[in-house]
Amino acid sequence: MDEDDEMDMKVKKYLRGESANLEILQDRKLKGQLAVREELYGKSAKAAAKIEKWLLPSEGGYLEAEGIEKTWRIKQESIAQEVDILSTRNQYDIVLPDFGPYSLDFTSSGRYMAIAGRKGHLGILDMKNMALIKEFQVRETVRDIAFLHNELFFAAAQKKYPYIYNRDGTELHCLKEHGAVLKLQFLKNHFLLATINKLGQLHYQDVTTGQMVGNYRTGHGRSDVMQVNPFNGVVAVGHSRGTVSMWKPTSAAPVVKMLCHQGPVTALAFHSNGHLLATAGMERKIKVWDLRKFEVLQTLSSHAKTLDFSQKGLLAGATGSFVQIWGDLAGAQSYDRYMGHSMAKGYQIGKVAFRPYEDVLGIGHSKGWSSVLIPGSGEPNFDTWVANPFETPKQRREKEIHSLLDKLPPETIMLDPTKIGAVRPTRKKEKPTNPEREAELEAAVAAAKDIPMKKKTKGRSKPSKRAKKKQEAVEKARRPFLEQAAKEEELSEKKRKRISEENELPKSLQRFTRKKARA
Amino acid sequence: MKVKVISRSTDEFTRERSQDLQRVFRNFDPNLRTQEKATEYVRALNAAKLEKIFARPFIGAMDGHIDTVSCMAKNPNHLKGIFSGSMDGDIRLWDLATRRTVCQFSGHQGAVRGLTASTDGRVLVSCGTDCTVRLWKVPVATVMESEESLHNSSEPLAVYVWKNAFWAVDHQWDGNLFATAGAQVDIWDHDRSQPVNSFEWGKDTVVSVRFNPGEPNVLATSASDRSITIYDLRMSSPARRVVMRTKTNSISWNPMEPMNFTAANEDCNCYSYDARKLDEAKCVHQDHVSAVMDIDYSPTGREFVTGSYDRTVRIFQYNGGHSREIYHTKRMQRVFCVKFSCDASYVISGSDDTNLRLWKAKASEQLGVLLPRERKKHEYLEAVKNRYKHLPEVKRIVRHRHLPKPIYKAASLRRIMADAARRKEDRRRAHSAPGSRPKEAFRKKRILQEVE
Repeated sequence: MDEDDEMDMKVKKYLRGESANLEILQDRKLKGQLAVREELYGKSAKAAAKIEKWLLPSEGGYLEAEGIEKTWRIKQESIAQEVDILSTRNQYDIVLPDFGPYSLDFTSSGRYMAIAGRKGHLGILDMKNMALIKEFQVRETVRDIAFLHNELFFAAAQKKYPYIYNRDGTELHCLKEHGAVLKLQFLKNHFLLATINKLGQLHYQDVTTGQMVGNYRTGHGRSDVMQVNPFNGVVAVGHSRGTVSMWKPTSAAPVVKMLCHQGPVTALAFHSNGHLLATAGMERKIKVWDLRKFEVLQTLSSHAKTLDFSQKGLLAGATGSFVQIWGDLAGAQSYDRYMGHSMAKGYQIGKVAFRPYEDVLGIGHSKGWSSVLIPGSGEPNFDTWVANPFETPKQRREKEIHSLLDKLPPETIMLDPTKIGAVRPTRKKEKPTNPEREAELEAAVAAAKDIPMKKKTKGRSKPSKRAKKKQEAVEKARRPFLEQAAKEEELSEKKRKRISEENELPKSLQRFTRKKARA
Repeated sequence: MKVKVISRSTDEFTRERSQDLQRVFRNFDPNLRTQEKATEYVRALNAAKLEKIFARPFIGAMDGHIDTVSCMAKNPNHLKGIFSGSMDGDIRLWDLATRRTVCQFSGHQGAVRGLTASTDGRVLVSCGTDCTVRLWKVPVATVMESEESLHNSSEPLAVYVWKNAFWAVDHQWDGNLFATAGAQVDIWDHDRSQPVNSFEWGKDTVVSVRFNPGEPNVLATSASDRSITIYDLRMSSPARRVVMRTKTNSISWNPMEPMNFTAANEDCNCYSYDARKLDEAKCVHQDHVSAVMDIDYSPTGREFVTGSYDRTVRIFQYNGGHSREIYHTKRMQRVFCVKFSCDASYVISGSDDTNLRLWKAKASEQLGVLLPRERKKHEYLEAVKNRYKHLPEVKRIVRHRHLPKPIYKAASLRRIMADAARRKEDRRRAHSAPGSRPKEAFRKKRILQEVE
């Protein structure tokens, strides 16, 4: 039953995880209440699945090759001939050779785009009407640009400090503490601006209060590869040693450090579901990682100076003047070539960004910026309360206020955001008793004795040396147990001392012995 | 090659005329929304804080009596009115909206001990310590009610004199009989000047009486020999009886589950029983620090209100061991009677300081007509707060109530004493042979015996 399977899969998506195990509960009242709630969750997931099947207004784009055609050989011109006029307006090249490589950013609704040319050209465009809202020259190097929570504010990483501008081009703030920033990212739910500067320092600033929430040294020198994971808000920085470190604003040490490539990491991109990470290294490899197990799912053989995931999971990577798009068409989490686009020689691509809710890829290159059509990359159905491409000014104002009321504190950034509101599991494992511990020690010693020693040649494998090596292995196996025993001995010694101290003093003075705070 | 690209035409997604509402499109895909749980948690925290900001439960006081308000009665056919009787014999009918007296019924010589309205709401029955039962005609609310109708006086329909002082009265929910409690339980008919029937078990005074809402012939009474007795009018003798350790001041049947009733006891607890199985309490509701004087169920059957000698009014869930709300004022002295209004939105308390006070049942509720948008928002905030109310920050705000100092101190003292007793019992059990000291359930502990 294909339809039933399809509905089951949809229901699973809306259930957001496994249902709780109610059998282990002993409190019958609580069990009854939770059973009612679980039933309600099931019903709402089924209703949402039905809505997805029948009530959503638009269907997604697709590109299917017929006969011996391959999708990655299809050019943009042939797509333009088959598609309606409104969509062909989304294919264009803007040539501005004077102002250097362009970097772009879209708002979350995909309606507005900000462009920044290296030589100081900043601008905002309304993509619906193809109208230029404002452009101005700052006469300084601009390395990156990012929108804040809506199209009214954007931040530009200029030569010495990042600046925040208004939609009218007025400079609102000069953020001096950040230093010479290389990359900017805005965490939407937390209203935090994360930047990484030339010295490899990571700064988090709350743009609503202006408070600097975190300021950490990454420790690995200069890096200009930084992306924020939209699922949980951690910021990943790629280093020149081939490692990727992930940071959160409440700790000075990175949450995760992964060794990804054998050369410097050149690009990073996160999938919107939070499970996939694509990293590109200088050794001509693009690796797709599963973030739950931190394992490589797939390795693609290509250079990439910039990477981006689309809303539907297509991966775009660009190097030189060629953009390649990979997609997992079979749904089996394996990325194959889907489409490609090569620009004229001499156009060095600096940044690719998919436009949200549209089948469009924006390309920023050394001679301006372009836009190409990639069918099947955007989410066809938007939610008015999440991101509305047809927003009126009144709706924009209301949304700003609601998102400020729902602003998350920086402590909610964690690797697994579903843990919020969950109960910490109780420690079921009790401390092993003495005979158990001894048994474990014996087992470890026996295992150490069984390790096969390598037989060395040229007179280096004398019996005395071999025996010594074996003895060392046994000592090494024993050491953790001995350390554990010593620690416990120390703790019980402390406890005993404290109790004896209490008993020695007369009763009236006993309250002065305990140094711990009393309830 | 087959190709399709997303292309949205503006007129499909925007409104046609400026008078129309803006179009709203929903996509419930979880991938579009990141960090849902954290957002819900922040909303729950804000909802808890807002609830505390808007928590203003006291609406107003109705003054007019010149002595303690000893009893109240609800008229099931008229939501806006409430009867109250005081210790100097004055009975008044109040209009809750304007908080003024509509009508006064004077005639009792001593304290009025019990008040009840008949099934159709036309007759008010009152009884007092002057050994009389009086029936009054209730003025019907007319369309043209003017200010002159204040301080109307009404003559009694009938005055029945009997042999002993009465302590309580209650009318059948669906019938013509009412019962009074005094030296024994007497069953009266409206037209007879003498009781139709009389029940007695033991020689002690019967302190309160209540008819069952579901079964018109079953009634529960409590006596000063610490017992609760259930009578059936169709049988000539009482049905069941349970003796507890302390006296029960008042009983109330659950209108939605008529086999259950809750008894307000002198030992600061309320005990919920199933009338078919009286050897064990269904639930013990603990939170008061002094004797519980009166109890009344909400018409939803899901919560009840209690008034206690410790000057507070508490609202409990029908199956909850602790109160969900506490109301107190500096001016409110010992609370002797409480009533839940018939639309489950208000609570009325009558106390020692001669005032009746009107409170909201839900302290932060927005009264009046709500727009559907407002109602949905309130429901959402309530739901998200309930989902996260176990987390420490939210729990701290939701649980917080200001208590008057004597009550706070009394409650902590009781807790210390209970903890000490429990610890002592645990140690005795630990030091005796295993199994020789079985654990006694708290629900059974306060019951001495059940008698058929």
